Amino acid sequence: MDLLLSNFWAYTIGGLAFGAIYALIALGYTLVYGVLRLINFAHSEVFMWGSFAAVWVLLALGAKGATGLGLVAFLIIGFAAAMAVSAAVALGLEFVAYRPLRKRNSPPLIALISAIGASYVLSEAMGLRDKPFKWFGADDNLADYVGRPREASPLPLDVPTVRLFYIFDYHVSNIDLIVLGSAIVMMVVLDQFVQRSRLGRGIRAVAQDAEAAALMGVNRDRVIRLTFVIGGAMAGAAAMMYLLKIGVTRYNAGFLLGVKAFTAAVLGGIGNLRGALLGGFVLGVAESYGSALFGSNWKDVVAFTLLVVILLFRPTGLLGESLGKARA
Amino acid sequence: MNPVSSFFHGVADRFRALPRWGRLVVLAVVVVLVYFLPILNPPVITTPDSDFGAVLFLCAMYALVAIGLNIVIGYAGLLDLGYIGFFAIGAYTVGVLGSAHAKVPLLLCIPAAMAVTLISGVVLGAPTLRVRGDYLAIVTLGFGEIVRLILVNADKLTNGNRGISGIPTPPSLDLFGVPHLVWDGFVARVDLDNQTRFIKFSVVDSIPYYWLALTLVFFVLFLDWRMQNSRVGRAWEATREDEDAAELMGVPTFRFKLLAFATGAAIGGLSGALFATKQQFINPDNFTILYSVLFVAMVVVGGQGNRWGVVVAAALLTYLPERFRDLSDARFLLFGLALMALAIFRPQGLMPARRNVRAKRADEETEVLEEGAAHA
Repeated sequence: MDLLLSNFWAYTIGGLAFGAIYALIALGYTLVYGVLRLINFAHSEVFMWGSFAAVWVLLALGAKGATGLGLVAFLIIGFAAAMAVSAAVALGLEFVAYRPLRKRNSPPLIALISAIGASYVLSEAMGLRDKPFKWFGADDNLADYVGRPREASPLPLDVPTVRLFYIFDYHVSNIDLIVLGSAIVMMVVLDQFVQRSRLGRGIRAVAQDAEAAALMGVNRDRVIRLTFVIGGAMAGAAAMMYLLKIGVTRYNAGFLLGVKAFTAAVLGGIGNLRGALLGGFVLGVAESYGSALFGSNWKDVVAFTLLVVILLFRPTGLLGESLGKARA
Repeated sequence: MNPVSSFFHGVADRFRALPRWGRLVVLAVVVVLVYFLPILNPPVITTPDSDFGAVLFLCAMYALVAIGLNIVIGYAGLLDLGYIGFFAIGAYTVGVLGSAHAKVPLLLCIPAAMAVTLISGVVLGAPTLRVRGDYLAIVTLGFGEIVRLILVNADKLTNGNRGISGIPTPPSLDLFGVPHLVWDGFVARVDLDNQTRFIKFSVVDSIPYYWLALTLVFFVLFLDWRMQNSRVGRAWEATREDEDAAELMGVPTFRFKLLAFATGAAIGGLSGALFATKQQFINPDNFTILYSVLFVAMVVVGGQGNRWGVVVAAALLTYLPERFRDLSDARFLLFGLALMALAIFRPQGLMPARRNVRAKRADEETEVLEEGAAHA
């Protein structure tokens, strides 16, 4: 208790930064769920691929040791690479694992099986990435990229921790600021996009009533592709933030984070964008306080217990379900 | 109709066409063959890279798990992604009572494990079964992970990451030895030096454990069959197909869902206990969420609601990665691909429940009739 009280703001800001990462991944779950009523179990691997994309691109550009403006440029490149690759992987996932099922009107549980299969494939493909290069004998040249595929790969970027300003007694660092700032910017942009743009209206229409939307001339397949791309891009951004916060990624980094993010989506009310944001932040902060109160090895227990308790009192999450009805 | 399903249907039709005594004989032969499988050790089928008896034990144990989870998912239609939690509780009950904190004999530990998991099923189910569908999935997923984390962190009770060793074995009789067959290519020879003692449980020989697990599988299958064909089974089916309609017809759906959950949990606990006594050593790494996912895959691959289907699927999904260990690195990749292919090409599972097939056909017929009326 004393630990939490004496470092209250440190735990709060730290929790919010992690919450932002959860929230961005949760957006992908919630968008797809809103439109397709489907748990996109493989979303966590989309995140993981994004994190590797950032690592590889920065390696290829020799980003290690950059300072000043160069560092800022590399940061932006890292974000762009992660978002692009994640969006592409999400799109491919939709095309290979979900579209054939939709064409056949499969029951939702079957889509879940396909998603589980895709999740294994994506994560194992990353865990075995040295194999195809070994056949061509190219694995030595590419050792930085594909060597030791089951080990953690570090982010090749030296971001010095600079303490910028105080919030009460906590000295906020540049990394906290980058993570929280970019997350909030992206959330606001997405929220406005879904609320105001034509495509966003299409997403809401399909979420509300897919058949009626199709009759009104909304191209359902295009809307679904769009939700996967947006969800993927958000996961990519989260991947870059994760790298900044944690520093390394590995082929199975997505799994637990994905479970947490899905928990966040459910906590806020799945299918509801603002719910995902709220859920992410609540989960992040609760975990952070939990680790202060009971020790860091209990923080996941705190997170899941919180979920169970909230679902008992609000069975559809904090803000209720439905992408269509909640105006966002 | 694709070749796989026409093969299954063909076999099933042949079997049903036999007279009653014929069916019994066929069943008896199959059962005996299954019992003797590790002794016969047939070439091609046997696993070259790992102990065949141990692999078969795992197949039987996971079949038991799949039967239990099939009650929850297949009969009652509740998506449970935290089944490993019950499995873990069962295993640890045996570990804690039998080795870590007391020396209770195994035959008392197993009912205790089932009782504890039954209670934990009720405790988890009572608050959470009121939330529907996908929420239940994530709550149970959370439960599975909470159980594992508690096992890691509750040092005093569970010994944390170091795990529990010296878990008691079932009592042995040791009546006589059963010699193994050894294959030289396709020529068999009886190997008198290599015998399995009937019935002596020890670390060196997995086959008695396989017999024990298989017996439990048949026993639980029998109970499962009796249960599904009773009022309870019909109530589950009604709840699964349309919860509101069932409630209106006077089925106390919540109570029946809780019953399915608790029954499933108890069977999960039984398989966990079996796992503990076979391994004699357990630690939290044996119980990660990935297993829950695998269990669900077994049930869905087998065809939810068909008890033979899930048994076959559980055995296959356990056996295939062991058989093809030389592909060891890529086997999870292949597993994933197989799941995707199955979802696309055979969404009803390898052996769909006959009731579902009938219901689907009736649905289609109604639809055709309705469309006809609309066009007329």
